[in-house]
Amino acid sequence: MRIAACIKRVPITGGRILLTEDARAINTQHLGFTLSPHEECGVEEAVRLIEANKGDSVVFTLGPPEAVEQLRDAMALGIDRAIHLQTDGQEWDAQATAAALLDAIRADEAANGPFDIVFFGNESADSGGFQVGIRVAYALGRPCVTGLKKVTIEGSSVRCEQEVEGGRDVFVVPLPAVLTVKEGLNLPRYPSVPGRMRARTKPVAVQTPQRLEPRLELVRLAVPAGQGRRAESLGNGASAATAVVDVLAKAGLL
Amino acid sequence: MSLPTQARCVVIGCGIVGNSLAFHLTRLGWRDVVLLDKGPLPNPGGSTGHASNFIYLVDHSKEMTALTMDSVRQYTELGVFIQSGGIEVARTPERMQELTRRMASGESWGIEGRSLLTPAQVKELVPYIDESVILGGFHTVGVGVVDSLRAGTLMREKGQAAGALHVAPKTEVVGINVEHGRVRRVRTTEGDIETEIVAITCGVWSPRVAKMAGTRIPLTPAVHQMIDIGPVPRFRGAKSDIEHPIVRDMDTNMYERQAGGDLEIGSYAHKPILYEPEDLPPVEQAALSPTEFPFTQADFEEQMHHALELMPEIVGDESVGVKYAINGILSLTPDGMPVLGESPDVKGLWAAAAVWVKEGPGTGKALAEWMVHGESEIDLHSSDVARFHEHQKTRAHVRARAAEGFNKTYGIVHPSEQWASNRNVRLAPFHLRERELGAVFFEAAGWERPQWYESNASLLEEFGDRVTRRTAEWEARWWSPIINAEHLAMRERVGLFDLSAFTIFDLVGPGALASVQCAALRQMDVPVGRVVYTPVLSPQGGFKSDLTIMRLGDEHFRVVTGGAAGMSDKKWFGDQLVGGAELADLTSSMTTIGLWGPHARRVLEGTTSDDLTNEGFKFGTCSVIEIGTLRVLASRISYVGDLGWELYVPIEQGLKLWDTLWEAGLPHGMAACGIGVYGTTGRLEKGYRAHGNELETEYNVVEAGMAAPRVKAEDFIGKAAHLRHREEEPAAILCTLTVDDHRSKSGEKRYMLGREPILTRDGKRIVDRRGRGSYVTSAGAGPSVGKHILMAYLTPEEAVVGNQLLVEYMGERYPVSVAVAGPTPLFDPENTRIRS
Amino acid sequence: MLIDDHTEASRQALTLARKFGAVRSVAIDSFEPFAPDALATAITRLSPSAVFAAGTERGNEVMARVAARMNLPFAANCIAAEAGDPVTVTRLRWGGSLLEEAHLHSPRALISVAPHTVPADSGPLPEPIELGAPEEQEDAVRVVGHVAPQNGGVSLGAAKVIVSGGRGVGSKEGFAIIEELAGLLGAAVGCSRAVTSAGWRPHSDQVGQTGTKVAPEVYIACGISGATQHMAGLKGAKRILAINSDPQAPLMLNADYTVTGDLKEIVPAISAEIRKRK
Repeated sequence: MRIAACIKRVPITGGRILLTEDARAINTQHLGFTLSPHEECGVEEAVRLIEANKGDSVVFTLGPPEAVEQLRDAMALGIDRAIHLQTDGQEWDAQATAAALLDAIRADEAANGPFDIVFFGNESADSGGFQVGIRVAYALGRPCVTGLKKVTIEGSSVRCEQEVEGGRDVFVVPLPAVLTVKEGLNLPRYPSVPGRMRARTKPVAVQTPQRLEPRLELVRLAVPAGQGRRAESLGNGASAATAVVDVLAKAGLL
Repeated sequence: MSLPTQARCVVIGCGIVGNSLAFHLTRLGWRDVVLLDKGPLPNPGGSTGHASNFIYLVDHSKEMTALTMDSVRQYTELGVFIQSGGIEVARTPERMQELTRRMASGESWGIEGRSLLTPAQVKELVPYIDESVILGGFHTVGVGVVDSLRAGTLMREKGQAAGALHVAPKTEVVGINVEHGRVRRVRTTEGDIETEIVAITCGVWSPRVAKMAGTRIPLTPAVHQMIDIGPVPRFRGAKSDIEHPIVRDMDTNMYERQAGGDLEIGSYAHKPILYEPEDLPPVEQAALSPTEFPFTQADFEEQMHHALELMPEIVGDESVGVKYAINGILSLTPDGMPVLGESPDVKGLWAAAAVWVKEGPGTGKALAEWMVHGESEIDLHSSDVARFHEHQKTRAHVRARAAEGFNKTYGIVHPSEQWASNRNVRLAPFHLRERELGAVFFEAAGWERPQWYESNASLLEEFGDRVTRRTAEWEARWWSPIINAEHLAMRERVGLFDLSAFTIFDLVGPGALASVQCAALRQMDVPVGRVVYTPVLSPQGGFKSDLTIMRLGDEHFRVVTGGAAGMSDKKWFGDQLVGGAELADLTSSMTTIGLWGPHARRVLEGTTSDDLTNEGFKFGTCSVIEIGTLRVLASRISYVGDLGWELYVPIEQGLKLWDTLWEAGLPHGMAACGIGVYGTTGRLEKGYRAHGNELETEYNVVEAGMAAPRVKAEDFIGKAAHLRHREEEPAAILCTLTVDDHRSKSGEKRYMLGREPILTRDGKRIVDRRGRGSYVTSAGAGPSVGKHILMAYLTPEEAVVGNQLLVEYMGERYPVSVAVAGPTPLFDPENTRIRS
Repeated sequence: MLIDDHTEASRQALTLARKFGAVRSVAIDSFEPFAPDALATAITRLSPSAVFAAGTERGNEVMARVAARMNLPFAANCIAAEAGDPVTVTRLRWGGSLLEEAHLHSPRALISVAPHTVPADSGPLPEPIELGAPEEQEDAVRVVGHVAPQNGGVSLGAAKVIVSGGRGVGSKEGFAIIEELAGLLGAAVGCSRAVTSAGWRPHSDQVGQTGTKVAPEVYIACGISGATQHMAGLKGAKRILAINSDPQAPLMLNADYTVTGDLKEIVPAISAEIRKRK
């Protein structure tokens, strides 16, 4: 079995987001980076599938040179190798990102055979475009199921559960397929120290795709105005219980 | 609650230090103390909040050990200390030797429950260790972990309960107003507070806050990496935070400690990663806290291997994951010691920075005592904020030394080890001559001082067996037998000494006499031209310093003191100025050459027509003489116990003076002598005491054997205490001891270097009635007396000439005898030489 | 064209769509059960000059598929849009913690509208287009079954009251007092991402950007600091009551009511008070 997982390097934001001076990016001077939470689950699922079925797992990312850290993170969790589509740090829109990933996936498949599943996050934590996985699926001509909370291989098909109001809808699609997943699909493991050490020596192939002109072009970012709530203190410690219950009673909740 | 508009004192920073300081200030009776932090409580986001919170007790520094021990006592009283024990493990023979030194330091500073363990014994206590990696371990039972945030909260609450403390979180200081050199006001985001006393206890932010008052606190934020891995199957169901000893893997600069169900792995091994205080983000912009930076995995690669080697069962377990990893920010200073005390630049501006959790409460208490009583129970001279010379406060120096010192955190640091970075800052005018003579330079206060001269190697042959050779590498390190040969050349003929590193300042004006009288124990109202060596006492009668003062005029005194204590001494005298006295620093205007030895007079006579006879130029006097074409201030005193002078000239004439003396000295067999002779061999043979070694605030004049027959009528700092000390039986007496047998079990001769414990013949620690243990305050060769000399305070019962005792060194015990009890020198006990 | 899911969110999308011209609609449930591929194919064939949908999971999915088929850019979760060349949009990033102004260079604008950010259009509904039956070969992705929710409790998304716990709860066992209070109030139990990552609660309890976005009458946050990731899920909450030992925690500053102190004392006290009054 061959599984691919596509990930994106994003900053770990704190209580307040600060922008760069040109307001075109988040000021990450004080921030660490991670992979988007949904994608972390995609990586975990890829690792579990290869653990159970044997084969080859590959992690793809499009991002700046530093994104190799997230590729190593993924490999520390058990992914076998990485393909890094290196950028100069500029924002790539979803179409350009999908095009570059598509080329890289096709090239790897030409050499090593098709991926049974290509995992994407349902949407990235930062830009939230909801589309890169779907675009790659259409270009590859493969079925795509989105927003998955459970994935089960059933012979040459995959059973997928998508969370909807009032339960989960079930899809069954033939392999190969492209699946976009959501946090909650699994509980990703922490990397072990031996895993981290192995990740150091796993191969990372670097490619430098051409950036297409963005068709959804970021002009500037802004931090929205606060919600303007003015907190009313009901007191300190257990003695505040009476006031709390008064509020609940007034709201008709008792 | 709104912010008070006035305060007795404003403490800035709610880390462990600020909380402790604020509490102890209120405990000592201060009221209207305000404690601020720009961050929220209970964790305002500084280094306290992410500390690994464990406490090892033994440090080679007495001061740090004392602060740590007091901190453990306070943490225990607050109920936030869990004793776990700690084991420092060795992977190399050099480290095993170092562990024996740590055993000895523990004995010197009175830390009980220490033992050296075999690898198998380590394994019994830490079953998940791979004992095949180690050669042994040093176990300290009293090691443990604390909840430093909780401790801080409890201390704040005590201060608040007493109605003496106002706590204001989320209150950022935006300015400190200074008027006429004094603190007047703290400006904050929540309003201004009028106050005359401010304490900066804001850790890595301290330089930023100090800058608001126009002064500098020389520290740099630096990264300490830590990861937390778990869940560890062996720790499942752990009943407390820690149930196994903390392991310090000394040779890899790492530690491993149980933290509940997890294992924490920390490192000081990576390349130094330094930041500027301006690099720290505001609280609200930090993802974790302002002092928890994103982990940089690349810096931790080798450490993972090391941790895996030592604890494969846990670290190699594929089911144990890295749950948390940070680059924690802590403070480093250029010399590795904290920054405590009142600023030398701004009156009323105090600091306690670069303090770690292990010594936090003790430091807060000590600084509170200093602020309230004028001195602390624990001598803090190595941590004094006033100790820095100007160049030592530059950003580049702080960074260079902090970077160099970082990897020494768990290092094997030789007591004489020299810094490699930022050298050659202060050079004597005859520096090139010294180089030509093959000088080996040691640094003092930034000055390059010859420790010995390789060109004197020829003297080794001349003095043959009288020069002791050292075969053990440790004692031969940063040392040369040439020192002893130079010593003998000085004692038999004459030696020339570079004393450029002296700190020199003048007190002039109508209040000059009153000012020096106030600071000095000895009578300073002496005839013009007299030189007085005097202790300078702390309020409680301990030694603040010792130095010489020349009276150059009715209203003109010149103070000469060592480079290390120079800046603190300058502040001390500056603080005592009265009635129109002014202080002028001449350190960089004057240079000093010492000329001593039986031929010193003859050498000098060859350069001058002035009267140098014993009657014409008495010991203890100074006057201006002509040496060749120079006018030179000559002062007839000696720190090596021989006939001779200190010669002072303006710095640009120093080279000329050197050349003149050199030419005059050659026919007399003069040798250039290094500080090895001046500071150690010559001094110890004469029993001369040194500040920081024998002389500390924890000992008094009577104990040091330096009490004069009479006490001057004039008032001076520490007088009442001194008078009391004279009435008491001394609890300890400073003695000179000699080593009776140097042979170790292997037959190699070993030579102590200082700070080793002195024990009774049956191996018991000697503790005086004030609880102070006996240890070697100074150690070194006495080439003229043919002995290795140790100085130590002993109880009156043990301070008996001929009494046989033991010294513990490198895991073995050596017989020593009390040679002198009190101040009498071993060499030339009648002091005929200096008066000849 | 509006992809209509018959909810308020679609009417909000309609508000922006009207700025681009006359609107017709396609029902998102044109094919039952849900067959996003077939829906996208059918919409593509109609070749609309602009397409709008509510920025719900399904709305965004169908839009992305239309965009992929037509090889056009797609701007998801917009809160404003102006016709022109280029089209100017303002869209949500980071689950609403940031706004992005962007230019959409496209002959046909594909835009989804973030729910509850734009007033609903109150005019007459646009005329629907009937799609007929999907073609069989385009039917690879379609719902073949349904699984009922596993935990029988109150669903987070629909809950009127939520009692939620964060890192401050301290442990898996610590949630007993949260569950007790939730039981008394008939509330759902929620939690922060830190809690899910620690394995104390299932991910289905997680409120936030990558968990469930909630809209209760009252949200009771116990020991939750309020990182942007969590706050992104709270934008629909009517009233927030925060209980935290740190009065300066972001959630305490963004709450309607606060109680400062140890939640381990406060939460049981509230439960006791409710029992007393019942």
